[in-house]
Amino acid sequence: MPFETLAGVTPLLAVRDLKVHFEVGGNRLLGRKPATVRAVDGVSFDLLAGETLGLVGESGCGKSTLGRALLKLLPTRAGQIIWLGKDIAPLSEEKIRPLRRNMQIVFQDPLASLNPRMNVGEIIAEPLRIFQPQLSAAQRREKVKAVMAKVGLLPNQINRYPHEFSGGQCQRIGIARAIINEPQLIVCDEPVSALDVSIQAQIVNLLMDLQKDMGVSLVFISHNLSIVRHISHRVLVLYLGKVMELASREAIYANPLHPYTQALNSAVPVPDPDLERNRPRLVLSGDIPSPINPPSGCPFRTRCPKAQDICALEEPLLRRAGAQHLVACHFADIP
Amino acid sequence: MNVAPAPLPTIAVQPEITGRSLWSDARRRFLRNRAAIFGSIVLLIMAIGCFGAPYFGLRSPAEINWDRISAPPFWWPVPSEKAPGPAAAPQAEAPQVQDTDAAGGYDISQFQQQQQEQEQAQPAATAPADTGRYWFGTDENGRDLFVRTLYGGQVSITVGLVATFVSLVIGIMWGAAAGFAGGWLDGFMMRIVDILYSLPFIFFVIMLTVVFGRHIVLIYVAIGAVSWLDMARIVRGQTLSLKRKEFIEAARAAGVSNWGIIRKHIIPNSLGPVIVYVMLTVPAVILTESFISYLGMGVQEPQSSWGTLIADGVHAMQVAPWQLLFPSLFLAITLVCLNFLGDGLRDALDPKDR
Amino acid sequence: MDAVLSVADLQTVFATPEGDVHAVNGVSFTIGRGETLGVVGESGSGKSQIFMSIMGLLARNGRARGSVRFKGQEILNLSLAKLNKIRGEKMAMIFQDPMTSLNPYLTVRRQMTEVLVEHRGMSETQAQREAVRLLERVQIPEAGRRIGMYPHEFSGGMRQRVMIAMALLCSPELLIADEPTTALDVTVQAQILELLAELKRDLGMAIVLITHDLGVIARLADRVMVMYAGNIVEEAPVRDIFRSPQHPYTEGLLRSMPRLDENHGGRLRVIPGQPPNLQNLPSGCSFRERCSYAMEVCVTQVPRLETIATQRCKACHLKRLPA
Repeated sequence: MPFETLAGVTPLLAVRDLKVHFEVGGNRLLGRKPATVRAVDGVSFDLLAGETLGLVGESGCGKSTLGRALLKLLPTRAGQIIWLGKDIAPLSEEKIRPLRRNMQIVFQDPLASLNPRMNVGEIIAEPLRIFQPQLSAAQRREKVKAVMAKVGLLPNQINRYPHEFSGGQCQRIGIARAIINEPQLIVCDEPVSALDVSIQAQIVNLLMDLQKDMGVSLVFISHNLSIVRHISHRVLVLYLGKVMELASREAIYANPLHPYTQALNSAVPVPDPDLERNRPRLVLSGDIPSPINPPSGCPFRTRCPKAQDICALEEPLLRRAGAQHLVACHFADIP
Repeated sequence: MNVAPAPLPTIAVQPEITGRSLWSDARRRFLRNRAAIFGSIVLLIMAIGCFGAPYFGLRSPAEINWDRISAPPFWWPVPSEKAPGPAAAPQAEAPQVQDTDAAGGYDISQFQQQQQEQEQAQPAATAPADTGRYWFGTDENGRDLFVRTLYGGQVSITVGLVATFVSLVIGIMWGAAAGFAGGWLDGFMMRIVDILYSLPFIFFVIMLTVVFGRHIVLIYVAIGAVSWLDMARIVRGQTLSLKRKEFIEAARAAGVSNWGIIRKHIIPNSLGPVIVYVMLTVPAVILTESFISYLGMGVQEPQSSWGTLIADGVHAMQVAPWQLLFPSLFLAITLVCLNFLGDGLRDALDPKDR
Repeated sequence: MDAVLSVADLQTVFATPEGDVHAVNGVSFTIGRGETLGVVGESGSGKSQIFMSIMGLLARNGRARGSVRFKGQEILNLSLAKLNKIRGEKMAMIFQDPMTSLNPYLTVRRQMTEVLVEHRGMSETQAQREAVRLLERVQIPEAGRRIGMYPHEFSGGMRQRVMIAMALLCSPELLIADEPTTALDVTVQAQILELLAELKRDLGMAIVLITHDLGVIARLADRVMVMYAGNIVEEAPVRDIFRSPQHPYTEGLLRSMPRLDENHGGRLRVIPGQPPNLQNLPSGCSFRERCSYAMEVCVTQVPRLETIATQRCKACHLKRLPA
């Protein structure tokens, strides 16, 4: 698969042609074959240290599946996940477990990701117990309090239980748990989607501050393009498990080459009445196809205003279209 | 003049706030449930009564009083109180006996006279420290039914607790392992449960009795061997629904081992329904033991359990109804209180406030 | 102004084991004919509960007091029989999750024709024709064939269209849309917003648009009502709200939302603190603990909603927000 890495710099994480497929339904006894959900269907990208990569897409695009697959929380069907120079895709669960110190995740539902029977101190300390067992209980407690302050929680709340906190505070607890061992990568799976708008901004700021402070790389998964644009350095656009476009955040907005990216940009309502009511719009027709039965060739062709015959026959490959700009389309607006 | 907005959090030394865990919420809800509190108190009294019986200075349960065979409780309204039953019969038979034993030299009429005098002197007086009052009457061997009921309670309650504990341990381990493993192993383990479930319980017990003879431990084994099946199913169900929760995935992502996840995340979160089920298993176990003993396969004489007492009581139901009444009453009260307790726990542990 | 809906001092209280929760705290407003009112707020603002009270859809432990007049007729706490004449016919509501208002066991045809036969006295054949026409109006392809399908056979966007079609069955004069696009993908949301804009233009009905998304408000609303902790904090025509917000909360909301067309990339300007806990509100102004302009009077006095210009009012002690 022709894929050129960014010149000169060794990426922290390099994903090559990753595929995650699930079998659903089917019944071996009755001879019914199960259907295959092609959740992630050949994704490649690089992630540098200290960088935030935004993953955007709509239902069925596979962004959450991809995020979990990067941490090997899901089995992968094919492809490579090269973490710190080593391919971890074929590794067993036991071999992956020690690597988890360095790659963490923050979930979408803040309250559900916390064990309701453990208090906040125990929840945040759990990764410490596993990866730094030499610490005494008192040392652990000190570290937990320090990280609580770092994420904006009052350290004296350390004995409280998750249900005593608000959604935003629960998400801070989840972030504290993720950063306590100072990982190099954090996958953020829709971390602010379940929060109130005024709280979303607080958490976005927190993540950006932590990145500046700790140099951690973030994979920021979201369907909210405005937030992704704000926090990411580069953005990857997914559709039905395939990469449509990968570019810097300025290019993704100012110069989107893929029709899908253009439609996404156009679809986001702008909070300015005059602008919003008078701007040109690109509205797609039809619904998003199911990942069980993706269209042949380019998966976007069923809704694409530029679709031609070739799009059904040949899947467009990810091609370079500028410095740091990759696009998979037969008719991309290459200048 | 402007008031400054809320200050940013600092690592100042502030006193730690105690958390309000879900267990303490449940405890508060439980204490508000009057039926459950009532049930708990009655059960406590029952347990103290049964297990403390040896220390209350009561009669021994094996002590036989030949004068009071199948005697009613002292407060029992018996129509013919003036002509005591046992004394009346020998009088009527006296002439015949004398006839046959005239040559024997043993003058039964004298013995009977002595007995009559004793009777008239102090009704139902045998041992010196004894006032002769039988609270529950006596059984057909003249043993104090009150004491026997209390001692029988020891056996029944112990069987209830021990067998339930055994089923709890096996059931939790089997169910959590099957639920967590999933796939073919889960299917295999639960098919074993299904097969064991379909074995007729009584035949199983009869087989055990035939092979190992009647022994109290046999009861524990037999009952425990059957009750763990339901527990395993419940724990497996809990495990399956918990496995999908995000905090389990979070634990995996944090690097917790499989065993660690089961121990620290799954089991504490399944305890709610498990505790409730345990509370409701104990009465079922006690009933089962009573049934086995009633069939004659359980506890051996001279030990008694409520089941054996009830079995004996059924035989004498028409002549001496108190022999059936009191053990049944104790069993029923215990079961009802356990059910109140179980219901109270279920309501308390049900996370309704979210 | 010809008012379709006029609400006076609406209060909604929920009785919980931990005490009473005042979800709506004395709210008054009117909606004119053909006007689209946007209601903005976050969790705990009471924006949904206002209209649940009006439509008689409150939970069992909720009580509503005050006055709600639909075209002059008092409808708050009306008997069920009388309320059913109005809701569904003159007033319709669509929700965030279409699956909760569509019966999964009945075909769409059945659900739609039922309403037409019942409320508009049509025959079965007439009703079926009208239903197909409405489905085509909301741009469901192959409406004649799809009308025989069950709700779960439709995709999310399609289901939302079906719900809109059902709401339009009796040509209501007021359509209440509670977060109609929040659960949809962004390209599907664009389609639905386009549809709503068209219907607004063509049908001339009044619309209440309840949402937390200011972009949606900018697209469709004529007037905007901003709510916080059960109170209206600001009300203004849509352009004024965006260009010169007069309440610190509105200003904070606008500033804290990153915009797709802006590229400052620095820290977002946030509203500090936590969303309001309705069981434990601060004294005086409920927003004061998060407000960067808070003054002494904010602690003691609850600010009243006051008119500051034509069609503009706000509830704040601060005379004027610095530009």
